[in-house]
Amino acid sequence: MHEDPLRVHGRLVGRRQFLRVGMTGLLVISLPRWALARPSLDEAIRTFTGGADVLDGRVRLDLPPLVENGNAVGITVAAESPMTADDYVRRIAVFNQKNPEANVAVFHLGPRSGRAAVSTRIRLATSQVVVAVAEMSDGSFWSSRASAIVTLAACIEDLS
Amino acid sequence: MARALINMPKTAKRGEIVEVRAMIAHPMETGYRIGPNGSNIPRDIIRRFACSYDGEEVFWADLHPAVSANPFIAFTLVASTSGVIEFTWTDDAGRTQTASATITVG
Repeated sequence: MHEDPLRVHGRLVGRRQFLRVGMTGLLVISLPRWALARPSLDEAIRTFTGGADVLDGRVRLDLPPLVENGNAVGITVAAESPMTADDYVRRIAVFNQKNPEANVAVFHLGPRSGRAAVSTRIRLATSQVVVAVAEMSDGSFWSSRASAIVTLAACIEDLS
Repeated sequence: MARALINMPKTAKRGEIVEVRAMIAHPMETGYRIGPNGSNIPRDIIRRFACSYDGEEVFWADLHPAVSANPFIAFTLVASTSGVIEFTWTDDAGRTQTASATITVG
């Protein structure tokens, strides 16, 4: 099959490649503005840890696998730690993959917390992955991830 | 600012771990929703929640728009001395709302 050549950046581009590039461009344009502005899940975690390695384990994230209402999703994050004066959890952070903003919350704890466990209710804009990261007093980071399927989305509904 | 609710035991043994549940009535408006007139509803978020126990801040949280309306936070504390536990919520405009609870440690 003969393809109509087009000249892009001084290069001959076939019809198929032209279409591929065009479709990608349209997809990017059609995304809402916040979807391009927010950092990715990994970038958000890296900002939190300051580039340190994040290991799997020592953290448990409870998130319902099937969410009917994304406006209020109960989550519990618990980290394994003796919570003594020299070995405790300093921070617990929660991040999401597809909300308009990657951060959910950061909890600051200490030896006087007794247990490294927090619960809250969060919003999920769509079915996605949620990650909990715990920073220990020795500076190490541990994480756990869970995904949820959301039937009614939060955050971006239109009230008009 | 709004009504706040604290739920925690009134008495505890020394060294016991008690669970504290705090909630405040607040819309936590994300700023991403579009109102009836077609423009964005302005953002109104509680950014910070803090809990201090006998003068020391023992727990605090930075909240973002992904936290549900009427933010609910549950955490634990070690009952060390009898006294007042203070809770503070701070919003975008810097307004604060406080609540307190007393605990008797025996």
